[in-house]
Amino acid sequence: MTNQTTQSGLRLKGITRLGLGPIDLNLASGQITALMGPSGAGKTMLLRAIADLDPAQGNAFINGQDRNEIAPTRWRKRVVYVPAITGWWDEKIRPHFVGADKNTTKQILHALGLESTALDWDVAHISTGEKQRLGLARALVNAMIDATAPEVLLLDEPTSGLDEQNRDMAEKLILKQAQNGATILMVTHDRAQAVRMGAKILNINSGKISTSEVAP
Amino acid sequence: MTGVYIALSYFDLIIVSTLLLLAGMISIWQRLGVERALGIAALRTVIQLVLIGYVLKILFAMTSPLWTAIAAVIMVALAGREATARQQTRLNGGWSYAIATSSLMMGATLVTAVALVAVIRPEPWFDPRFALPLLGMMLGNTLNGVAVGMERLISTIKREKIAIEARLLLGHSRVDAMRDYVRESSRAGLMHIINAMSAAGIISLPGMMTGQILAGVSPTEAVKYQIMIMFLLAGATAIGVLLATTLTARRLSDERERLRLDRMN
Repeated sequence: MTNQTTQSGLRLKGITRLGLGPIDLNLASGQITALMGPSGAGKTMLLRAIADLDPAQGNAFINGQDRNEIAPTRWRKRVVYVPAITGWWDEKIRPHFVGADKNTTKQILHALGLESTALDWDVAHISTGEKQRLGLARALVNAMIDATAPEVLLLDEPTSGLDEQNRDMAEKLILKQAQNGATILMVTHDRAQAVRMGAKILNINSGKISTSEVAP
Repeated sequence: MTGVYIALSYFDLIIVSTLLLLAGMISIWQRLGVERALGIAALRTVIQLVLIGYVLKILFAMTSPLWTAIAAVIMVALAGREATARQQTRLNGGWSYAIATSSLMMGATLVTAVALVAVIRPEPWFDPRFALPLLGMMLGNTLNGVAVGMERLISTIKREKIAIEARLLLGHSRVDAMRDYVRESSRAGLMHIINAMSAAGIISLPGMMTGQILAGVSPTEAVKYQIMIMFLLAGATAIGVLLATTLTARRLSDERERLRLDRMN
Protein backbone atom coordinates (compact mmCIF):
# COMPACT_ATOMS: atom_id res chain seq x y z
CA MET A 1 0.00 0.00 0.00
CA THR A 2 1.31 3.42 -0.80
CA ASN A 3 1.65 6.19 1.67
CA GLN A 4 -1.22 8.07 0.13
CA THR A 5 -3.82 5.40 0.85
CA THR A 6 -2.69 5.12 4.47
CA GLN A 7 -3.44 8.77 5.01
CA SER A 8 -7.18 8.26 4.79
CA GLY A 9 -8.68 5.61 7.05
CA LEU A 10 -7.35 3.53 9.91
CA ARG A 11 -3.78 2.35 10.20
CA LEU A 12 -2.56 -0.07 12.84
CA LYS A 13 1.10 -0.42 13.62
CA GLY A 14 2.38 -3.30 15.73
CA ILE A 15 -0.75 -3.71 17.87
CA THR A 16 0.24 -6.32 20.46
CA ARG A 17 -1.50 -7.55 23.59
CA LEU A 18 -1.23 -10.89 25.40
CA GLY A 19 -1.49 -13.49 22.62
CA LEU A 20 -2.50 -10.95 20.01
CA GLY A 21 -0.31 -9.51 17.28
CA PRO A 22 1.84 -7.78 16.40
CA ILE A 23 -0.75 -6.60 13.92
CA ASP A 24 -0.16 -4.11 11.12
CA LEU A 25 -3.13 -3.11 9.04
CA ASN A 26 -4.17 -0.42 6.64
CA LEU A 27 -7.91 -0.01 6.30
CA ALA A 28 -8.94 2.55 3.75
CA SER A 29 -11.80 4.91 4.29
CA GLY A 30 -15.02 3.60 2.79
CA GLN A 31 -13.72 0.05 2.91
CA ILE A 32 -15.53 -2.78 4.69
CA THR A 33 -13.32 -5.45 6.22
CA ALA A 34 -14.68 -8.66 7.71
CA LEU A 35 -12.60 -10.13 10.51
CA MET A 36 -13.13 -13.88 10.64
CA GLY A 37 -11.68 -16.65 12.72
CA PRO A 38 -12.45 -19.23 15.40
CA SER A 39 -13.53 -18.25 18.91
CA GLY A 40 -10.58 -17.13 20.98
CA ALA A 41 -8.56 -16.14 17.91
CA GLY A 42 -8.32 -12.56 19.16
CA LYS A 43 -11.00 -10.80 17.12
CA THR A 44 -12.63 -8.98 20.02
CA MET A 45 -9.25 -8.35 21.64
CA LEU A 46 -8.13 -6.59 18.47
CA LEU A 47 -11.23 -4.39 18.32
CA ARG A 48 -10.81 -3.50 22.01
CA ALA A 49 -7.16 -2.64 21.45
CA ILE A 50 -8.05 -0.35 18.53
CA ALA A 51 -10.74 1.36 20.62
CA ASP A 52 -8.04 1.80 23.28
CA LEU A 53 -10.10 -0.06 25.89
CA ASP A 54 -7.17 -2.20 27.01
CA PRO A 55 -3.54 -1.25 27.33
CA ALA A 56 -1.71 -2.63 24.30
CA GLN A 57 1.60 -2.03 22.59
CA GLY A 58 1.69 -0.47 19.18
CA ASN A 59 -0.18 2.42 17.81
CA ALA A 60 -3.16 3.39 15.71
CA PHE A 61 -3.65 6.30 13.33
CA ILE A 62 -6.79 7.81 11.95
CA ASN A 63 -6.35 9.73 8.70
CA GLY A 64 -2.67 9.85 9.54
CA GLN A 65 -3.25 11.29 13.00
CA ASP A 66 -1.53 9.54 15.92
CA ARG A 67 -3.91 8.09 18.54
CA ASN A 68 -1.65 9.33 21.33
CA GLU A 69 -2.26 12.88 20.21
CA ILE A 70 -6.03 12.52 20.45
CA ALA A 71 -7.88 12.58 23.77
CA PRO A 72 -9.31 9.11 24.45
CA THR A 73 -12.84 10.50 24.81
CA ARG A 74 -12.47 12.09 21.36
CA TRP A 75 -10.84 8.99 19.88
CA ARG A 76 -13.79 6.81 20.83
CA LYS A 77 -16.22 9.20 19.20
CA ARG A 78 -14.26 8.99 15.96
CA VAL A 79 -13.39 5.31 16.21
CA VAL A 80 -16.74 3.85 17.21
CA TYR A 81 -16.64 0.39 18.73
CA VAL A 82 -19.91 -1.49 19.16
CA PRO A 83 -19.29 -4.62 21.25
CA ALA A 84 -21.19 -7.86 20.77
CA ILE A 85 -22.82 -7.46 24.18
CA THR A 86 -24.22 -3.97 24.63
CA GLY A 87 -24.05 -2.35 28.05
CA TRP A 88 -26.80 -0.22 29.60
CA TRP A 89 -26.42 1.98 32.64
CA ASP A 90 -29.99 3.18 33.04
CA GLU A 91 -33.26 1.29 33.36
CA LYS A 92 -34.75 3.16 30.39
CA ILE A 93 -33.44 3.41 26.85
CA ARG A 94 -33.89 7.17 26.49
CA PRO A 95 -31.11 8.36 28.86
CA HIS A 96 -28.67 6.46 26.65
CA PHE A 97 -29.49 8.82 23.80
CA VAL A 98 -29.01 12.08 25.71
CA GLY A 99 -27.50 14.84 23.61
CA ALA A 100 -28.38 13.18 20.33
CA ASP A 101 -30.16 15.00 17.55
CA LYS A 102 -33.84 14.02 17.50
CA ASN A 103 -34.12 13.67 13.73
CA THR A 104 -30.89 11.73 13.38
CA THR A 105 -32.03 9.39 16.12
CA LYS A 106 -35.36 8.87 14.43
CA GLN A 107 -33.73 8.20 11.07
CA ILE A 108 -31.25 5.69 12.41
CA LEU A 109 -33.90 3.90 14.47
CA HIS A 110 -36.11 3.70 11.37
CA ALA A 111 -33.27 2.36 9.28
CA LEU A 112 -33.02 -0.47 11.84
CA GLY A 113 -36.75 -1.13 11.82
CA LEU A 114 -37.42 0.61 15.15
CA GLU A 115 -39.86 3.37 16.04
CA SER A 116 -38.96 6.39 18.15
CA THR A 117 -41.14 4.89 20.88
CA ALA A 118 -38.32 2.38 21.40
CA LEU A 119 -36.70 5.13 23.48
CA ASP A 120 -39.42 4.62 26.08
CA TRP A 121 -38.67 0.94 26.50
CA ASP A 122 -37.27 -0.62 29.66
CA VAL A 123 -33.86 -2.19 29.16
CA ALA A 124 -34.94 -5.16 31.27
CA HIS A 125 -37.85 -5.98 28.98
CA ILE A 126 -36.23 -6.02 25.56
CA SER A 127 -34.79 -8.90 23.55
CA THR A 128 -31.16 -9.50 22.63
CA GLY A 129 -31.88 -8.48 19.04
CA GLU A 130 -33.51 -5.25 20.13
CA LYS A 131 -30.59 -4.49 22.41
CA GLN A 132 -28.22 -5.15 19.57
CA ARG A 133 -30.04 -2.80 17.19
CA LEU A 134 -30.42 -0.11 19.86
CA GLY A 135 -26.74 -0.47 20.75
CA LEU A 136 -25.75 0.12 17.12
CA ALA A 137 -28.16 3.05 16.84
CA ARG A 138 -26.84 4.59 20.05
CA ALA A 139 -23.24 4.38 18.86
CA LEU A 140 -24.00 5.88 15.45
CA VAL A 141 -26.18 8.67 16.81
CA ASN A 142 -23.58 9.48 19.46
CA ALA A 143 -20.82 9.70 16.87
CA MET A 144 -22.96 12.15 14.91
CA ILE A 145 -23.38 14.57 17.82
CA ASP A 146 -20.36 16.59 16.82
CA ALA A 147 -19.53 15.12 13.43
CA THR A 148 -21.50 14.38 10.31
CA ALA A 149 -20.64 10.68 10.32
CA PRO A 150 -18.44 8.21 12.22
CA GLU A 151 -14.97 7.86 10.72
CA VAL A 152 -14.26 4.31 11.81
CA LEU A 153 -16.75 1.63 12.86
CA LEU A 154 -15.58 -1.43 14.77
CA LEU A 155 -18.50 -3.82 14.87
CA ASP A 156 -18.40 -7.05 16.85
CA GLU A 157 -20.92 -9.44 15.31
CA PRO A 158 -23.42 -6.64 14.75
CA THR A 159 -26.18 -8.88 13.36
CA SER A 160 -25.65 -12.13 15.28
CA GLY A 161 -28.93 -11.86 17.20
CA LEU A 162 -31.10 -10.56 14.37
CA ASP A 163 -33.68 -12.23 12.16
CA GLU A 164 -33.18 -12.08 8.40
CA GLN A 165 -35.25 -8.97 7.82
CA ASN A 166 -33.59 -6.97 10.58
CA ARG A 167 -30.20 -8.29 9.56
CA ASP A 168 -30.72 -6.98 6.02
CA MET A 169 -31.69 -3.57 7.37
CA ALA A 170 -28.63 -3.44 9.63
CA GLU A 171 -26.36 -4.46 6.75
CA LYS A 172 -27.85 -1.73 4.60
CA LEU A 173 -27.23 0.86 7.31
CA ILE A 174 -23.64 -0.31 7.72
CA LEU A 175 -23.10 -0.18 3.95
CA LYS A 176 -24.44 3.35 3.94
CA GLN A 177 -21.89 4.36 6.57
CA ALA A 178 -19.15 2.98 4.32
CA GLN A 179 -20.52 4.90 1.38
CA ASN A 180 -20.34 8.02 3.53
CA GLY A 181 -16.65 7.33 3.99
CA ALA A 182 -16.49 5.32 7.20
CA THR A 183 -13.78 2.69 7.56
CA ILE A 184 -15.50 -0.47 8.76
CA LEU A 185 -13.92 -3.42 10.54
CA MET A 186 -16.53 -6.02 11.36
CA VAL A 187 -16.26 -9.32 13.19
CA THR A 188 -18.51 -11.95 11.66
CA HIS A 189 -18.80 -15.72 11.58
CA ASP A 190 -20.91 -15.55 8.45
CA ARG A 191 -18.87 -15.71 5.25
CA ALA A 192 -22.02 -15.14 3.19
CA GLN A 193 -22.52 -11.86 5.00
CA ALA A 194 -19.00 -10.73 4.18
CA VAL A 195 -19.60 -11.61 0.54
CA ARG A 196 -22.97 -9.86 0.53
CA MET A 197 -21.44 -6.69 1.87
CA GLY A 198 -18.51 -6.80 -0.53
CA ALA A 199 -16.08 -6.95 2.35
CA LYS A 200 -12.43 -7.75 2.24
CA ILE A 201 -11.96 -10.79 4.48
CA LEU A 202 -9.20 -11.00 7.05
CA ASN A 203 -8.68 -14.35 8.73
CA ILE A 204 -7.28 -14.22 12.21
CA ASN A 205 -5.91 -17.24 13.99
CA SER A 206 -4.15 -17.48 17.35
CA GLY A 207 -3.80 -13.71 17.44
CA LYS A 208 -2.20 -13.41 14.01
CA ILE A 209 -3.76 -12.31 10.75
CA SER A 210 -3.22 -15.34 8.59
CA THR A 211 -4.72 -14.54 5.24
CA SER A 212 -6.54 -11.76 3.58
CA GLU A 213 -8.79 -12.21 0.62
CA VAL A 214 -11.19 -10.15 -1.39
CA ALA A 215 -14.70 -11.51 -1.41
CA PRO A 216 -15.87 -12.54 -4.88
CA MET B 1 -18.81 16.13 88.26
CA THR B 2 -22.07 15.35 89.91
CA GLY B 3 -21.60 11.70 90.83
CA VAL B 4 -18.98 9.57 92.44
CA TYR B 5 -16.60 7.42 90.47
CA ILE B 6 -16.61 3.83 91.76
CA ALA B 7 -13.32 2.05 91.05
CA LEU B 8 -13.40 -1.68 90.34
CA SER B 9 -11.16 -4.11 92.20
CA TYR B 10 -9.62 -7.24 90.68
CA PHE B 11 -12.02 -9.21 92.88
CA ASP B 12 -14.92 -7.50 91.05
CA LEU B 13 -13.49 -8.74 87.76
CA ILE B 14 -13.29 -12.28 89.13
CA ILE B 15 -16.99 -12.07 90.01
CA VAL B 16 -17.95 -11.10 86.41
CA SER B 17 -15.66 -13.77 85.00
CA THR B 18 -18.14 -16.33 86.37
CA LEU B 19 -20.48 -15.06 83.64
CA LEU B 20 -17.84 -15.94 81.10
CA LEU B 21 -17.76 -19.43 82.63
CA LEU B 22 -21.53 -19.53 82.31
CA ALA B 23 -21.24 -18.66 78.61
CA GLY B 24 -18.71 -21.46 78.21
CA MET B 25 -20.96 -23.94 80.01
CA ILE B 26 -23.91 -22.99 77.79
CA SER B 27 -21.72 -23.64 74.76
CA ILE B 28 -20.77 -27.08 76.06
CA TRP B 29 -24.30 -27.93 77.18
CA GLN B 30 -25.89 -26.84 73.89
CA ARG B 31 -22.97 -28.21 71.85
CA LEU B 32 -22.37 -24.84 70.19
CA GLY B 33 -18.69 -25.68 69.95
CA VAL B 34 -17.56 -22.13 70.66
CA GLU B 35 -16.19 -22.63 74.19
CA ARG B 36 -12.59 -22.66 72.94
CA ALA B 37 -13.10 -19.55 70.81
CA LEU B 38 -14.81 -17.88 73.76
CA GLY B 39 -11.89 -18.67 76.02
CA ILE B 40 -9.30 -17.40 73.56
CA ALA B 41 -11.29 -14.24 72.86
CA ALA B 42 -11.71 -13.57 76.58
CA LEU B 43 -7.99 -14.09 77.11
CA ARG B 44 -7.24 -11.68 74.24
CA THR B 45 -9.57 -9.10 75.75
CA VAL B 46 -7.74 -9.28 79.06
CA ILE B 47 -4.23 -9.24 77.63
CA GLN B 48 -4.88 -6.57 74.99
CA LEU B 49 -6.73 -4.25 77.34
CA VAL B 50 -4.27 -4.64 80.21
CA LEU B 51 -1.40 -3.94 77.83
CA ILE B 52 -3.07 -0.90 76.28
CA GLY B 53 -3.93 0.28 79.80
CA TYR B 54 -0.26 0.35 80.71
CA VAL B 55 0.78 1.82 77.36
CA LEU B 56 -1.75 4.63 77.74
CA LYS B 57 -0.70 5.22 81.34
CA ILE B 58 2.90 5.69 80.22
CA LEU B 59 1.93 7.84 77.23
CA PHE B 60 -0.33 10.03 79.35
CA ALA B 61 2.40 10.49 81.92
CA MET B 62 4.95 11.54 79.28
CA THR B 63 2.73 13.97 77.34
CA SER B 64 5.38 13.86 74.63
CA PRO B 65 4.44 15.14 71.17
CA LEU B 66 6.77 12.61 69.57
CA TRP B 67 5.41 9.58 71.39
CA THR B 68 1.83 10.73 70.90
CA ALA B 69 2.54 11.04 67.18
CA ILE B 70 4.14 7.58 67.07
CA ALA B 71 1.11 6.09 68.81
CA ALA B 72 -1.19 7.87 66.33
CA VAL B 73 0.76 6.56 63.35
CA ILE B 74 0.58 3.00 64.68
CA MET B 75 -3.16 3.38 65.26
CA VAL B 76 -3.73 4.67 61.71
CA ALA B 77 -1.61 1.87 60.21
CA LEU B 78 -3.51 -0.80 62.14
CA ALA B 79 -6.85 0.76 61.22
CA GLY B 80 -5.87 0.67 57.54
CA ARG B 81 -5.09 -3.02 57.88
CA GLU B 82 -8.39 -3.63 59.63
CA ALA B 83 -10.31 -1.75 56.92
CA THR B 84 -8.93 -3.96 54.17
CA ALA B 85 -8.53 -7.26 56.03
CA ARG B 86 -11.97 -8.60 55.20
CA GLN B 87 -12.41 -7.18 51.70
CA GLN B 88 -13.15 -10.01 49.30
CA THR B 89 -11.64 -8.37 46.24
CA ARG B 90 -8.64 -6.17 46.72
CA LEU B 91 -6.58 -3.90 44.51
CA ASN B 92 -3.25 -5.40 43.48
CA GLY B 93 0.09 -4.24 44.79
CA GLY B 94 -1.08 -3.12 48.21
CA TRP B 95 -3.22 -0.35 46.75
CA SER B 96 -6.25 -1.25 48.85
CA TYR B 97 -4.20 -0.81 52.00
CA ALA B 98 -2.58 2.38 50.74
CA ILE B 99 -5.91 3.95 49.79
CA ALA B 100 -7.68 2.87 52.99
CA THR B 101 -4.84 4.09 55.20
CA SER B 102 -4.46 7.45 53.51
CA SER B 103 -8.22 8.02 53.54
CA LEU B 104 -8.38 7.17 57.24
CA MET B 105 -5.46 9.43 57.92
CA MET B 106 -7.06 12.35 56.11
CA GLY B 107 -10.49 11.76 57.63
CA ALA B 108 -9.80 10.73 61.21
CA THR B 109 -6.55 12.59 61.85
CA LEU B 110 -7.70 15.85 60.34
CA VAL B 111 -10.98 15.87 62.25
CA THR B 112 -9.26 14.87 65.50
CA ALA B 113 -6.76 17.69 65.11
CA VAL B 114 -9.52 20.20 64.43
CA ALA B 115 -11.48 19.00 67.47
CA LEU B 116 -8.42 19.29 69.69
CA VAL B 117 -7.29 22.68 68.50
CA ALA B 118 -10.64 24.39 67.99
CA VAL B 119 -13.16 22.68 70.26
CA ILE B 120 -11.78 20.80 73.27
CA ARG B 121 -8.56 22.83 73.51
CA PRO B 122 -6.64 20.77 76.09
CA GLU B 123 -3.31 22.08 77.34
CA PRO B 124 -1.10 21.18 75.46
CA TRP B 125 -3.37 20.61 72.45
CA PHE B 126 -1.85 17.21 71.67
CA ASP B 127 -2.36 15.96 75.26
CA PRO B 128 -2.50 12.18 74.66
CA ARG B 129 -5.27 11.78 77.25
CA PHE B 130 -7.55 13.58 74.79
CA ALA B 131 -5.83 13.01 71.46
CA LEU B 132 -5.47 9.23 71.50
CA PRO B 133 -8.96 8.15 72.66
CA LEU B 134 -10.49 10.69 70.29
CA LEU B 135 -8.39 9.48 67.38
CA GLY B 136 -9.27 5.91 68.27
CA MET B 137 -12.98 6.66 68.16
CA MET B 138 -12.62 8.49 64.82
CA LEU B 139 -10.57 5.66 63.31
CA GLY B 140 -12.89 2.93 64.56
CA ASN B 141 -15.91 4.50 62.92
CA THR B 142 -14.24 5.83 59.80
CA LEU B 143 -12.66 2.49 59.03
CA ASN B 144 -16.10 0.97 59.03
CA GLY B 145 -17.31 3.44 56.40
CA VAL B 146 -14.12 3.19 54.35
CA ALA B 147 -14.29 -0.61 54.34
CA VAL B 148 -17.95 -0.67 53.31
CA GLY B 149 -17.48 2.04 50.68
CA MET B 150 -14.46 0.42 49.05
CA GLU B 151 -15.93 -3.05 49.15
CA ARG B 152 -19.18 -1.86 47.58
CA LEU B 153 -17.43 0.16 44.88
CA ILE B 154 -15.08 -2.64 43.86
CA SER B 155 -17.85 -5.22 43.65
CA THR B 156 -20.15 -2.82 41.76
CA ILE B 157 -17.50 -1.87 39.22
CA LYS B 158 -16.76 -5.55 38.69
CA ARG B 159 -20.46 -6.27 38.16
CA GLU B 160 -21.14 -3.23 35.97
CA LYS B 161 -18.06 -3.59 33.78
CA ILE B 162 -20.06 -3.83 30.55
CA ALA B 163 -22.19 -0.79 31.39
CA ILE B 164 -19.14 1.29 32.37
CA GLU B 165 -17.30 0.34 29.21
CA ALA B 166 -20.41 1.13 27.17
CA ARG B 167 -20.17 4.69 28.44
CA LEU B 168 -16.43 4.92 27.84
CA LEU B 169 -17.05 3.70 24.29
CA LEU B 170 -19.44 6.58 23.72
CA GLY B 171 -16.67 8.97 24.68
CA HIS B 172 -17.62 9.55 28.30
CA SER B 173 -14.76 10.18 30.71
CA ARG B 174 -13.94 7.67 33.42
CA VAL B 175 -15.28 10.10 36.01
CA ASP B 176 -18.63 10.32 34.22
CA ALA B 177 -18.75 6.59 33.58
CA MET B 178 -18.22 5.73 37.25
CA ARG B 179 -19.83 8.69 39.00
CA ASP B 180 -23.09 6.90 39.86
CA TYR B 181 -21.23 3.97 41.37
CA VAL B 182 -18.87 6.15 43.38
CA ARG B 183 -21.89 8.02 44.71
CA GLU B 184 -23.79 4.85 45.57
CA SER B 185 -20.88 3.27 47.41
CA SER B 186 -20.11 6.50 49.27
CA ARG B 187 -23.71 6.54 50.43
CA ALA B 188 -23.36 2.95 51.62
CA GLY B 189 -20.22 3.88 53.52
CA LEU B 190 -22.01 6.73 55.29
CA MET B 191 -25.07 4.67 56.23
CA HIS B 192 -23.46 3.40 59.44
CA ILE B 193 -22.85 6.81 60.96
CA ILE B 194 -26.27 8.09 59.81
CA ASN B 195 -27.90 5.11 61.52
CA ALA B 196 -25.81 5.68 64.63
CA MET B 197 -26.85 9.33 64.82
CA SER B 198 -30.50 8.44 64.23
CA ALA B 199 -30.52 5.76 66.90
CA ALA B 200 -28.45 7.69 69.45
CA GLY B 201 -30.32 8.10 72.69
CA ILE B 202 -33.41 6.23 71.53
CA ILE B 203 -32.23 2.75 70.78
CA SER B 204 -28.73 2.92 72.18
CA LEU B 205 -26.84 4.98 74.68
CA PRO B 206 -23.51 5.57 72.96
CA GLY B 207 -20.57 3.89 74.67
CA MET B 208 -18.61 7.02 75.39
CA MET B 209 -21.58 8.75 76.98
CA THR B 210 -22.31 5.68 79.09
CA GLY B 211 -18.67 5.68 80.14
CA GLN B 212 -18.76 9.31 81.19
CA ILE B 213 -21.98 8.80 83.14
CA LEU B 214 -20.47 5.80 84.92
CA ALA B 215 -17.43 7.93 85.68
CA GLY B 216 -19.69 10.41 87.47
CA VAL B 217 -20.23 13.07 84.83
CA SER B 218 -23.70 14.60 84.78
CA PRO B 219 -25.81 13.14 81.92
CA THR B 220 -26.42 16.57 80.39
CA GLU B 221 -22.64 17.18 80.26
CA ALA B 222 -22.01 13.71 78.85
CA VAL B 223 -24.63 14.40 76.18
CA LYS B 224 -22.78 17.51 75.02
CA TYR B 225 -19.60 15.51 74.59
CA GLN B 226 -21.48 12.79 72.76
CA ILE B 227 -23.10 15.22 70.33
CA MET B 228 -19.69 16.64 69.55
CA ILE B 229 -18.31 13.14 69.00
CA MET B 230 -21.18 12.22 66.68
CA PHE B 231 -20.63 15.29 64.52
CA LEU B 232 -16.90 14.71 64.43
CA LEU B 233 -17.53 11.12 63.42
CA ALA B 234 -19.86 12.21 60.65
CA GLY B 235 -17.22 14.61 59.32
CA ALA B 236 -14.37 12.12 59.60
CA THR B 237 -16.41 9.34 57.97
CA ALA B 238 -17.54 11.59 55.13
CA ILE B 239 -13.99 12.71 54.33
CA GLY B 240 -12.60 9.18 54.65
CA VAL B 241 -15.32 7.48 52.60
CA LEU B 242 -15.29 10.05 49.80
CA LEU B 243 -11.52 9.89 49.52
CA ALA B 244 -11.47 6.10 49.61
CA THR B 245 -14.11 5.65 46.91
CA THR B 246 -12.70 8.39 44.67
CA LEU B 247 -9.18 7.02 44.90
CA THR B 248 -10.40 3.46 44.33
CA ALA B 249 -12.28 4.54 41.20
CA ARG B 250 -9.17 6.32 39.98
CA ARG B 251 -7.02 3.28 40.59
CA LEU B 252 -9.46 1.07 38.69
CA SER B 253 -9.19 3.29 35.62
CA ASP B 254 -6.37 5.12 33.90
CA GLU B 255 -5.54 8.38 32.20
CA ARG B 256 -6.50 6.89 28.81
CA GLU B 257 -10.07 6.69 30.20
CA ARG B 258 -9.99 2.90 30.43
CA LEU B 259 -11.43 0.56 33.01
CA ARG B 260 -8.55 -1.37 34.61
CA LEU B 261 -10.03 -4.44 36.26
CA ASP B 262 -6.62 -6.06 35.83
CA ARG B 263 -5.59 -3.95 38.81
CA MET B 264 -7.63 -6.04 41.23
CA ASN B 265 -7.45 -9.67 42.14
